[in-house]
Amino acid sequence: MSEPEINAIEVTKLKKQFGDFVAVKEVSFTVRTGEIFGLLGPNGAGKTTLIRMMTTLTPPTSGMAEVGGHDVVRDANGVRRAIGVIPQALTSDPELTARENMMIHAKLYGLTRAERERLIPQLLESVGLSEFTNKLVGSFSGGMRRRLEIARGLVHSPKIMFLDEPTTGLDPVSRTTVWEMITKLKESAGLTILLTTHYMDEADKLCDRIAIVDHGVLVALDTPTKLKDSVPAADIVEAEFENAPAGWNDTLEKLTGVASVSEHEGVCHISTNSGPLTVRELMDLARDRGVNVRRVSVQGTTLDDVFLYYTGRQLRDEASESVKRDLSHLYK
Amino acid sequence: MKFHRISAIIERAMRKFLRSPALMMSSMIFPLMQLIVLGYAFGGKIKGIKVALVDEDRTVYSRDLRERFDAIVAGPQTMQVENYNSLSDATLDLRAGFVRAIVYIPVDYSRRVNQGNRPRIAFIEDNTDNFVTSEILGRMQDLVTDINQSLNPFQPGQPLTVPRPRLNPLVDLQVVELYPYIEYIKYLLSGSIAMSIFIVAMIGGGITFIDDKSRGLHEGYLVTPITKTELILGLTFSGAIIGLMAGTTITIIGGLIAGIDRLWDPVRLFYLMIVLGTTSVAMISFMFLLMVRVSDPLVPRAIFGVLNTLLYFPSGAIYPVEGFPKWLRWISYIDPFTYAVHALKALLLKNSGFPAIYSDILILGGFSVVLVSLSVAFFKRQI
Repeated sequence: MSEPEINAIEVTKLKKQFGDFVAVKEVSFTVRTGEIFGLLGPNGAGKTTLIRMMTTLTPPTSGMAEVGGHDVVRDANGVRRAIGVIPQALTSDPELTARENMMIHAKLYGLTRAERERLIPQLLESVGLSEFTNKLVGSFSGGMRRRLEIARGLVHSPKIMFLDEPTTGLDPVSRTTVWEMITKLKESAGLTILLTTHYMDEADKLCDRIAIVDHGVLVALDTPTKLKDSVPAADIVEAEFENAPAGWNDTLEKLTGVASVSEHEGVCHISTNSGPLTVRELMDLARDRGVNVRRVSVQGTTLDDVFLYYTGRQLRDEASESVKRDLSHLYK
Repeated sequence: MKFHRISAIIERAMRKFLRSPALMMSSMIFPLMQLIVLGYAFGGKIKGIKVALVDEDRTVYSRDLRERFDAIVAGPQTMQVENYNSLSDATLDLRAGFVRAIVYIPVDYSRRVNQGNRPRIAFIEDNTDNFVTSEILGRMQDLVTDINQSLNPFQPGQPLTVPRPRLNPLVDLQVVELYPYIEYIKYLLSGSIAMSIFIVAMIGGGITFIDDKSRGLHEGYLVTPITKTELILGLTFSGAIIGLMAGTTITIIGGLIAGIDRLWDPVRLFYLMIVLGTTSVAMISFMFLLMVRVSDPLVPRAIFGVLNTLLYFPSGAIYPVEGFPKWLRWISYIDPFTYAVHALKALLLKNSGFPAIYSDILILGGFSVVLVSLSVAFFKRQI
């Protein structure tokens, strides 16, 4: 008989209110041991507040959160010992070297000299910073500092890692490196990882499960695949035909799962629940009716579609709206 | 409370400090410059003040007075006498600033001397500069005393040629100076040492602390199991060590510049270390209490000058506290600078022992305990 699965994080009706503004509205979810769990949402959705409550940096207004079996309010130090946290801001000391940054943190967690001497070089090696051990962090790129902070967060061998927007502000190469590191951590150290992000591709690539957060509310939670499957008619099949008879588009609309068919400059756009199934039926039908298929392609459902479906708008719209709000005074 | 966490915070601060000498340099340059410039600007003897002399009496008595005046002036060279024929000309030049005072011998001076009828001379001063007028007045008092002693109070108009009476009615004040003459630069040194510790507290405990906070560096430490007390104690002790280093450096360099006698006396150095250490802890904890809830990096920069004025000047560093109005004395009572300056003056100027400084050390120590406790109470462990 297998052991019952223990949740690494249990959040129940967690709420945070700043004055009249409710940043997080009674959110509940669980994170299973060993999974990478993503909190996906636009800026200002409440992701950082949620992560700060779970990491004891901000006290909740109400509700409960248990991290690694410790209550974030009653046993904050128990939580702090069980977790590694990589905050959104770069928090490594630029005036210290990589090794010194690691060492100070190791001492704060009470590691012995022997443990420090053994672990610090290993961790710096694992994030590819061995040759920069004695270099000042002030000379590091953003990606290098982020990697150092990940290593620093692991110095006391935590069970759960929190990463708040770990790749924001990084160049594409650094982002890929950080992604690889996170995946490796999960596989090699068996860590439970909770990360927040507003990048769809990041959440899609890294996370076992994703919670979509919007305006402080958790609007959807599942695996990336199931979230995509839950969006109706989000697959788009594009096809070009020769010798198509009259009423051909109406015929296509009757195929299984097809929601609508439109034509633009000779290209048919078919919205369907399942792109692959529609393509198979479409090919069979075309062969039977003697219609030549010149080109066919399928665009699968993306997390953008998922976000649009659950929140009523696109993540990038939200971002541009917030920029417009910030700059609105310039246009008055 | 775990010492390893406190020592980690101290180690972090010390490594950052040793890597960036800007803090040490700025904490030393300003107090040293102030010591040298203010010390020499205020400490010198005032010389060559132009004084107009108008003699309308023109008799043997007035000539005697002028000769005595010339003799007094010739010694310290405080004044340079210019003779005028009329009071109106002298007054015009006094208003124009060509002379700083007028000594006027009226036409009836000799008559009054002969009659024993309170002979008078006038001293008309430009009192816009207190330092200059008090210096001239001092010399004028010397002149009056000299003339009075030359005139016989029992036989008006006659010099004291007859034997003096058994009981001399004039009181003679004998002045005994306990210590050698103290130049102003020595007087100022204690304030400059305290100032260097204040600058360390201001930059290390104020500006750097808030900068680190606003850069998010504190967040990295707040997610570890460190407690509020451990964090505040770590920051206080590291600041105090740096303050002690700056204070010691200024004591030695400033002591050499000011010419403090027997600077290397080991007992005095030991007491100095105690005073500098307690002063550093008190100033750093004072700064932390002020900054404990501040997050805007502009705030410590904006209040730097205000705090400097509010703490340095009422401390007695440049002028004795006894000369302050009541409200300013109250500020000096709650100002840690006051006790630091008092103890440092006792050690540097008088080489007094422990009895002269123990009350200052107790007050600074008590001050630190209260301020650190309040800082811990007000510090927000959470964001």
